[in-house]
Amino acid sequence: MSALINALSTRELAEIDDEISHAPYRSAVAIDALKIVQAHRGWVSDESIKALATYLEMSAAELDSIATFYNLIYRRPVGDKVILFCDSVSCWIRGCAKLEQHIGDRLGIKRGETTADNRYTLLPVPCLGACDKAPVMMVGDDLHENLTADSIDAILADDSTSRGEHD
Amino acid sequence: MPTIYIDGQAHEVSEGDNLLQAALGLGLDLPYFCWHPAMGSIGACRQCAVLQYQDEDDTRGRIVMGCMTPVTEGARFSLAADRAQAFREDIIESLMLNHPHDCPVCAEGGECHLQDMTVMVGHRDREYQGRKNTHRNQHLGPLIHHEMNRCITCYRCTRYYRDYAGGTDLAAMASHDHVYFGRHEEGVLESEFAGNLVEVCPTGVFTDKSLVHDYTRKWDLQSAPSVCTACSVGCNIMPGERYGKLKRIHNRFNHDVNGYFLCDRGRFGGHFVNSEDRIPAVGKRDGDGRFSAVDADSAVSSIAALLRQGKTIGIGSPRSSVEANYLLRELVGAENYCTGMSAQEGALVQHALQQLEQSQALVPSIRAMESADAVLVLGEDVTNTAPRIALALRQSVRNKAYAMAADLRLEAWQDAAIRNLAQDQRSPLSVLSVAATRLDDVASHTAQLCPDDIARVGFAIAAELEGALPAVDLGAELAELAKTIADTLRSADIPLVVSGTGCGHSGILDASAAIARALTGPDRPAQLSFCLAECNSLGAALVADGAGMGLEEVLELAAQDGIDNLLILENDLFRRTSCSKADSLFQAAGNVVLLDTLTTPTCDNADWVLPTSSFAETEGTLISQEGRAQRHFPVFNSVAPIRENWRWLLDIGHCAEVATCKSMVHFDDVTTSCANTIKTLFGICAAAPAASSVPAADKVPRQTHRFSGRTAMRANISVHEPRQPTDEESPLSFTMEGHSAEHNGALLPYVWSPGWNSNQSLHKYQSAVGGALQGGTAGTRLIEPGDIDAAQESSGSTAPALNAGEYRLVPLYRIFGSEEMSVRAPAVAQLCRPAGLEMPASVAAELGVSNGDGVTLTATTGNVDLEVTINDSLAANCVGYSHGVSGTGGLVPGSATKLCRAENWQRAPELIGTDRGATTA
Amino acid sequence: MTDRGLTHPLTRNVHQDKRVTDLAAYEANGGYRGLRKAVEMTPADCLQVVKDSNLRGRGGAGFPTGMKWSFVPMDNAPPGHKYLIANADEMEPGTFKDRLLMECDPHQLVEGMICSAYTIQADIAYIFLRGEYIKSAQTLSDALREAYAAGYLGKNILGTDYSLELYLHTSAGRYICGEETALISSLEGKRANPRAKPPFPQVSGLWGRPTIVNNVETLCNICHILDRGADWFQQLGHGEDAGTKMYGVSGNVVNPGCWELPIGTTVREILEEHAGGMLPGYKMRGFLPGGGSTDFLTEEHLDLAMDYSTIGKAGSRMGTGTMIILDDQTCPVGMVKNLIEFFAHESCGFCTPCRDGLPWTRDVLEEIEAGRGREEDMGILNHQVAFIGAIGNTHCALAPGAMEPLQSALKYFPEDFERHIAGQSCPYCDAG
Ligand SMILES: Cc1cc2nc3c(=O)[nH]c(=O)nc-3n(C[C@H](O)[C@H](O)[C@H](O)COP(=O)(O)O)c2cc1C
Ligand code: SF4
Ligand code: FES
Repeated sequence: MSALINALSTRELAEIDDEISHAPYRSAVAIDALKIVQAHRGWVSDESIKALATYLEMSAAELDSIATFYNLIYRRPVGDKVILFCDSVSCWIRGCAKLEQHIGDRLGIKRGETTADNRYTLLPVPCLGACDKAPVMMVGDDLHENLTADSIDAILADDSTSRGEHD
Repeated sequence: MPTIYIDGQAHEVSEGDNLLQAALGLGLDLPYFCWHPAMGSIGACRQCAVLQYQDEDDTRGRIVMGCMTPVTEGARFSLAADRAQAFREDIIESLMLNHPHDCPVCAEGGECHLQDMTVMVGHRDREYQGRKNTHRNQHLGPLIHHEMNRCITCYRCTRYYRDYAGGTDLAAMASHDHVYFGRHEEGVLESEFAGNLVEVCPTGVFTDKSLVHDYTRKWDLQSAPSVCTACSVGCNIMPGERYGKLKRIHNRFNHDVNGYFLCDRGRFGGHFVNSEDRIPAVGKRDGDGRFSAVDADSAVSSIAALLRQGKTIGIGSPRSSVEANYLLRELVGAENYCTGMSAQEGALVQHALQQLEQSQALVPSIRAMESADAVLVLGEDVTNTAPRIALALRQSVRNKAYAMAADLRLEAWQDAAIRNLAQDQRSPLSVLSVAATRLDDVASHTAQLCPDDIARVGFAIAAELEGALPAVDLGAELAELAKTIADTLRSADIPLVVSGTGCGHSGILDASAAIARALTGPDRPAQLSFCLAECNSLGAALVADGAGMGLEEVLELAAQDGIDNLLILENDLFRRTSCSKADSLFQAAGNVVLLDTLTTPTCDNADWVLPTSSFAETEGTLISQEGRAQRHFPVFNSVAPIRENWRWLLDIGHCAEVATCKSMVHFDDVTTSCANTIKTLFGICAAAPAASSVPAADKVPRQTHRFSGRTAMRANISVHEPRQPTDEESPLSFTMEGHSAEHNGALLPYVWSPGWNSNQSLHKYQSAVGGALQGGTAGTRLIEPGDIDAAQESSGSTAPALNAGEYRLVPLYRIFGSEEMSVRAPAVAQLCRPAGLEMPASVAAELGVSNGDGVTLTATTGNVDLEVTINDSLAANCVGYSHGVSGTGGLVPGSATKLCRAENWQRAPELIGTDRGATTA
Repeated sequence: MTDRGLTHPLTRNVHQDKRVTDLAAYEANGGYRGLRKAVEMTPADCLQVVKDSNLRGRGGAGFPTGMKWSFVPMDNAPPGHKYLIANADEMEPGTFKDRLLMECDPHQLVEGMICSAYTIQADIAYIFLRGEYIKSAQTLSDALREAYAAGYLGKNILGTDYSLELYLHTSAGRYICGEETALISSLEGKRANPRAKPPFPQVSGLWGRPTIVNNVETLCNICHILDRGADWFQQLGHGEDAGTKMYGVSGNVVNPGCWELPIGTTVREILEEHAGGMLPGYKMRGFLPGGGSTDFLTEEHLDLAMDYSTIGKAGSRMGTGTMIILDDQTCPVGMVKNLIEFFAHESCGFCTPCRDGLPWTRDVLEEIEAGRGREEDMGILNHQVAFIGAIGNTHCALAPGAMEPLQSALKYFPEDFERHIAGQSCPYCDAG
């Protein structure tokens, strides 16, 4: 059991403990804890599920049940950065489908896939709440608005000099 | 009783019901999936939709879910309205979009609730042209087969498994139309009650693996009302047979006992009936020590001749029926009858019986236990000794939630709402045990103590409750615990004390009785329940009628004057005493006659072996730990020369001209004679109707009216169909024709109703949905609260003191392993592990051993080597052995033992077939 | 400055450059005045003011806020926590109003929440924030830190007996989390399955305790109502509804955006004056008045007032008040398919019509859009609308909402569907 908990870093544990400190019981922070682990590792592996479940005093099945419910918990490895590409209605009206094609062509991947160099994973995301600036996408934590093929090229070119976000 | 209107008709319905329940209760067919009578409503499947009208003038109405709509005075509904019907058809159509068309190869086919509901709503043509979602299945262990493609996402499985039974390793994964019910990763389902998924799932996602591998459709199964013999609870079961083989065991509803659910030992353990270890012939040992088959009748007369000369001791059996034990007693004389239990065990059962008979507390049924609002479990690992009770106690802790719900005027069937409301608030459940138990997760107070301390804390609780009792000197911590537990019990409306013979400690029984006595008041029905070791422990003790030797006494007798004949009824003495003792007994006895079903080490020591029918092939009365006499009936006839235990004994009795046997011909004669001879068993005749109670033409058929292939089944032998066997011993027949069993709850062989092929047809047999059977509840209670309840002297401490270097030896139980017969079912055997000794890490360190090493245990009866398992939850100074598992027969619960590292111990190879947690006892 | 506060209370601190209003700037512009007034009053008085203000929930359903709060057990409440939750999950397609409020003026939400929590005497509050709103998470945590430091949050707020803890929870992403009971499930760390009502969250919500869930915009109004009074708020609105409303327009318009306007402003004014009308070369064919789960309206409805009952009577819902414009070069079938795809994916999977019915509907639309439509498909679509679309047929309101654009598209644009099927292709494909 302690070996499993050791699978979580001290930083992760500290952040999780902070959530637990104001929760009525440990498993109540399941979602926060999954997000914390993901923030550090990029995704949530089977091992992380087991370690977290033990730490939160719940079963791996119960935790996995929660993890697999939510869109933003990745149960499979993703690239250094996730591109959340909005494909909802306003962006669609403003031509996002063609732009998605453009990104895909540029990076050589389709939605759900990760680039060969493991730099990007392209995922569709429901309406990002920036419809007046459609089409939009997020690259990592950054929101990019009023996308065009050119601006996408610029964003990707720019981004390739920055590093990934998780440890 | 509110009056509601359904399609213009006025109906009186029960207050607090929902419309679905009410409609089903009125005999109206309203389809449903996610609702379950024992689990309430969540409104997920939307199948039970009806129209509800505002008032008389409302002609349009709106769709509501029957299961989520309370019946209130004057409420108006329509089931028949076109809109409601169309909606229900749309639901089925939606559920069918992804459902495979595999009914012909599906184990659920023919008893599939989804099939029934599909036909009921009239859905036939599907417009959907797209592809079906498919899933990967998981290996869930040897008991349950997983076929996720058939899932209709009703959430019943996880609601049952997790919410009802407390299992944590099965959950709903993913979302939208990808929802998947499974484990985090493949592996054996952990819950001891997983088998109920087979009946809870309305389609074929979770099916009985044994049945899948050796398949028969429900309508081709021959069944009879039966009783589980795998523990003392006596759950009612419906075994199904074809081709002379037991195919599966399903739950048989008993409102007061098992309700809708069984444990896995009971559901899957019965397959020992098909074992290759069945004794096939009558055997007589020759001079060279080998058995040869002999003719049954000549064996009977030879054995009868033996009985007439010399002294015969009869060793009965707590796993045999009352009738068989009684006949044995009559054959050898009451003074020569041994209950077949060890002296310690026999004394404990006798003691328990006495306490129950005298107590003013109610000996509760399982259902009554569910209503308890504070529970104390004293020294019993209920999950592993009487599993169905553990499931009931899990429900009892919800009474707090129901009380909170009542304050908000939420009906009890509002399942999700009540769980959300109560969150983790539960009625108190205190568990004092020698090691952590599987109920601890819902317990309010737990402590792991040695048996003596459990008894002492028990007495301290009694003293807290009743000032007149002598105070018990405990440490501050335990005194505080005793006080806290006493408080929970004192403030309860229905307090319950559950204990038993599991620890082998009479003080624990006394303490439990003392607490129950202290709790019982004029307006408070305290409950007291004892778990016993075997399905007829109580019956065997009652047959002994206050006398009855223990095995050790037989040994003494043998040692003193020798015994001419030993007549052993279905008992393996090597499980009950050490090899050396058993060996010496066999040496001392002149002739050993054994009646049994499966080969056992005792077989190897018998001179005569008579093969007996299994529980599935004979009738018998068993007395459960509740004191409920219940009759099981043969599902099928065993093949000659195998005979029913009672018939062998009666045949011998006739031949030996035993006086009481003379007047007995039929099984019912034995029951009646027993009832008339032994006062406390007077009630057993009422356990089920006698064969003579129905005319031959009105017998209850064991076969469904769709039973097929009766001729074809044996066409390879002969194309002439033989006459169906007649059953002269019971009110049931081996045919398809006859009278349905609606009039008698004890005779229900299967449930079926037009349009309701699945087990959901049960409601057609119930007086109210979820309520008792119309034909009455099976069985009859023999023990009702006594009127004198004198405080009893009890020492509390019975165990010998520990010397330096000694440990207290405590029994640990395993649901799969501790019971003799169920472990011989192949699927269950896969889940069994060899006997072991569990100890805290500190003890292991002292001995220099770790998991998988061996230790030598010094017992009075010789040394035993056992495998070490670290279990840090064990009480201080205690080490626990796997009770009932082969190799532990001579170990005495509570004794002091010395341990050392076993030399020459071979570590077992890694077990790959199962990953069942190694620390669960 | 003050003038703007009187007429545009919600956006008085929203600047052209979208900079964040920090505590100092917020206080300088009258911030936390509402709270100061509130704690001078009894909770019952505060509730009365909110009731009198006629404020209706801005989350989409328009339920009167004061009435909702009045179901919370007060004086004889059983002991234990009470909770207030800001619904900041904003995932309704085409909706982008709460983001603006939180990114630009986070203290307004914080103050609104403290006032609201005080009124219902909640001792713990949460902001349930959409996971993708990274900037909002930043502005809100900064604001919370400032508010705690300044004594607006924590123990004995402004020296009174009243204490409140306010936490920020960021979601792991699912549209259904916006549904208030699903939100509660999610906040408890569970799968976000909605819960049946009754019991209502007001009596049994988060962790089984009395709970109020309100939309961000709703809560932002509270401090102003308590500051300036119910009458002031009432007369802000144009029609029978009170206050201002964050209206927005997206689609092929000249100036898509989000504006605070008197509630009851006409569609035409919003579209033509504030959004600048259609882009050159585009004509409007219809619009979803308040997000992706509202029915289409068309040109004939342009002069309607955007308030709850007017839009309701026209056969749609005001929803979130953020309009999505369908133009003449965009395929209505494609648009509806896009929406249904979203809803099918975001279904929680609990109840049958939504879980299994939406994917089927999506498939049919996909086939039609791809030029493989069949005559029968129209029947299937109409049937699915009736089956999935009625309130009460499903466990929660997601599925009926999902069906609104389809049902109205079938009503207003039937010829588009028929052309797809007859021509076995999408007539807009080349244009789109
Ligand atoms: C599927 C679904 C999604 C919803 N999403 C949101 C949301 O993102 N934000 C929101 O404020 N309300 C949302 N709601 C409405 C909420 O359930 C709830 O009515 C609202 O938060 C109440 O706040 P109000 O009374 O202030 O409007 C949603 C409702 C449904 C059925
Ligand atoms: S309508 Fe049903 S399946 Fe859909 S989101 Fe609501 S509860 Fe879940
Ligand atoms: S049985 Fe009523 S909704 Fe499932």
